[in-house]
Amino acid sequence: MKRPVSFNPLWVFFIVIFALPPLLDPYWVDVLNNVGLYAILGISLNLIVGHTGLFNLGHAAFYAIGAYTSAILNTKYHMPILSILPLSGFTAGLFAFMVMRPIIHLRGDYLCIVTIGVGEIVRIALVNNIFGITGGSNGIFGIARPELFGYVIRSPHQFFYLIWIFLIITVVVFKRLEHSRVGRAFNCIRDDEIAAQGCGINVASYKLTAFVIGATWAGMTGNIFATKMTIISPESFSFWESVIMFTIVILGGAGSIEGTIIGAFLIIGLPEIFRDLSSARMLVFGLAMVIMMILRPRGLIPPKLRSYNVRSILERDYSV
Amino acid sequence: MENFLQQLLNGLSLGGIYALIALGYTMVYGVLKLINFAHGDLFTIGAYVGFTLLVSVGITDSVDPMAALIIMGATVMLFVATLGVGLERAAYRPLRHSPRLSAVVSALGASIFFQNAVMLIYGARFHVYPQGLFTKSTLSLFGLYLPLVKVFVLMVSLVVMTLLYFFIQKTLTGAAIRAVAIDHNAARLVGINVDKVVTIVFVVGPALGGLAGLMVGLLYGQITFTMGWLYGLKAFTAAILGGIGNIPGAMLGGIILGIIESMASAYLSIAWKDAVTFVVLILILTIRPTGILGERIAEKV
Amino acid sequence: MILLAVQRITKTFGGLVAVNNVSFEVESGSIVGLIGPNGAGKTTVFNIITGIYRPDKGEIVFNGQSITLKKSHEIVKQGIARTFQTIRLFSQLSVLENVLSGFHCRTKSWVFGAIFRFPWERREERQKVEEAMKLLHFVGIERYYNLPASSLSYGNQRLLEIARALATSPQLLILDEPAGGMNEKESAELIELIRRIRDRGITVLLIEHDMNVVMDICEKVVVLEYGSKIAEGTPEEIKRNPRVIEAYLGTDGEER
Repeated sequence: MKRPVSFNPLWVFFIVIFALPPLLDPYWVDVLNNVGLYAILGISLNLIVGHTGLFNLGHAAFYAIGAYTSAILNTKYHMPILSILPLSGFTAGLFAFMVMRPIIHLRGDYLCIVTIGVGEIVRIALVNNIFGITGGSNGIFGIARPELFGYVIRSPHQFFYLIWIFLIITVVVFKRLEHSRVGRAFNCIRDDEIAAQGCGINVASYKLTAFVIGATWAGMTGNIFATKMTIISPESFSFWESVIMFTIVILGGAGSIEGTIIGAFLIIGLPEIFRDLSSARMLVFGLAMVIMMILRPRGLIPPKLRSYNVRSILERDYSV
Repeated sequence: MENFLQQLLNGLSLGGIYALIALGYTMVYGVLKLINFAHGDLFTIGAYVGFTLLVSVGITDSVDPMAALIIMGATVMLFVATLGVGLERAAYRPLRHSPRLSAVVSALGASIFFQNAVMLIYGARFHVYPQGLFTKSTLSLFGLYLPLVKVFVLMVSLVVMTLLYFFIQKTLTGAAIRAVAIDHNAARLVGINVDKVVTIVFVVGPALGGLAGLMVGLLYGQITFTMGWLYGLKAFTAAILGGIGNIPGAMLGGIILGIIESMASAYLSIAWKDAVTFVVLILILTIRPTGILGERIAEKV
Repeated sequence: MILLAVQRITKTFGGLVAVNNVSFEVESGSIVGLIGPNGAGKTTVFNIITGIYRPDKGEIVFNGQSITLKKSHEIVKQGIARTFQTIRLFSQLSVLENVLSGFHCRTKSWVFGAIFRFPWERREERQKVEEAMKLLHFVGIERYYNLPASSLSYGNQRLLEIARALATSPQLLILDEPAGGMNEKESAELIELIRRIRDRGITVLLIEHDMNVVMDICEKVVVLEYGSKIAEGTPEEIKRNPRVIEAYLGTDGEER
């Protein structure tokens, strides 16, 4: 008997994408880079929203903390930007842990407004140049380019590989996380909190874990964003950014990594295609959001049930 | 002390506006369990319709100020209510049985749509309400110097809220709205037309939001196409603060938020006033997770 | 040996006394039934035992230890598992994953284990998948293992809840109306299943409206009415108890 071969078209997609940049001009490669960044952010938010069922409309705050940590340590203390990557993640995760801990028990929409509030507090703090280190509304400029093995990453084409390799790592990490005891615990909380407690799941602690992991990852993405832009300012981390990330997740299919990547293509790519509409572009974009949700209320690629290899067990122990 | 009382009046009039907008959030949430993110933009549209009547139509040229205010109020409410009903039909009704977060994305999309529609029609710059209506008149009370427009805004919001309270508590339609808020199916079983109730809510909520937009135009003079986002967010905060779905809660939350905000900008810092609002919100929710008047829902197991 | 002792618990919900000074004990290895008319407070007693509600007064002692103040997820770890009257499955997970979730409190793999997939993590996961399949086989629904839990029939959903509860390796299994929504054949099989669960050394405490089920398998029956205990004894004693007859049939119950 053959073992069922699990084959994911996602990997074919990655191969195709990696063949693309040489064929594209820098502008479109940069669009792909943005798609990649938002896909990573989307996947990190998906863990919180799609898997754990927590209503988070303030993810940009964690992204901002990571980006600013990187920018400050790089411009003030001249630490190599990529070496700060883990630290950017850590600060964002720690921040998430500290602010979410007292309010993690809030239900649905109450949590939503609190996450929006946290996002706004962070943005206002950045604008007001908190501790005199964030540069106020001008932000921080002169962030170094990343250097890998003595090779400086500069052009959009070079950034493409940095970002998309990070995306692949993200996909692998989050797929593994999903398909594990921890991932199931997140899903249990989403489906039924009381029954989850009945399985011995510490609901508050797992909710917090989801937030911390998602925030950590968004923080690391902030590091890459900072080095890609070399200049960051509070307006890159507005409520609007959180809305984009949230839309990517829900439109793609809450709980689905494949969906989140497709969602990132649509949300970041579509406005580029509508560029000719100039000022009416966002009008069409808003309309498209409504129409797409009506046409696909569960998202473009709703998550599939996870499969487990039990055939050998079935054959061994009992006939079906 | 005098300054404090001035700030209190500022806070009360601003709070009245927040409360009017918050009522729209809380009523829609009550019957659909949906955060209507487009509500803030309906508020903006109300401000712009008022602007059109004042400037383009020149309503004050043909009738006296009091009549002009009444006509403006009625037109704005009617227009925004129509939009509200259309919004529900087009963007929310098809998603009523879908996952809740999908409806939220639809609401965010509708918000972007309305906001950009206003920008395309009126342009991206600020618009200024003509200040002729209240001729900078002031009311002198106990030696306090009270701008008439603030008192007027506060009075209107209080009257409207009282009327709404009686509408919800004392009329049959109000009872139907409360019933639908508790349980759609049970309401349907006792013969309530749920679709009709939802439509009524999308008439009343947006009408109040539009009226609030008009009042902001009169009170502060300056309007812009993005103003709905911050007012909407504050009003949503107010609704949550009071306990979402709870109508007196939205009124109370709005007033409290207005006072906190004007006190924060007067005595703390204008730059941090919005942050102060959210910090207070988080502190209150830490102590009372379902808002000030929100019921403690013990889940049925 | 006494496994569970409910000691004078009282619980009120805003003026309404749901449970009033109720005490009873569950012998290790027995099957005990908790019965009573609708609204008698049976499910509330279960919710107090499993830590979903906290009693206003009284004590819950399990294995000689007070668990009154413990949280729900800690109580499961101590060895009390339950099913729910209104079935509460993880509707978006597969049948197999619902059972796997039950192993949560007996397994350790965490975030880093999930990401790096150390050999012992893989082993733990493989082993639990195997045990989960065995549990599904034990309750008789293993052929549906890869279907969404929500697609099962009502009766099978109840069986799946039992399998998930068993996955927590309980000493005491609490069943809230396990035969609810089952047809006659299914409830006969359920009686058989409950006996087999007891034969595994698991004590069973159940609420059931189907008197055939209760009288057939329970060694002891506790009767509640309006939140108070009105009788306790063997099924035979309960059947003859005038207060119970009155509670169930009204005042004209003499003929029975």
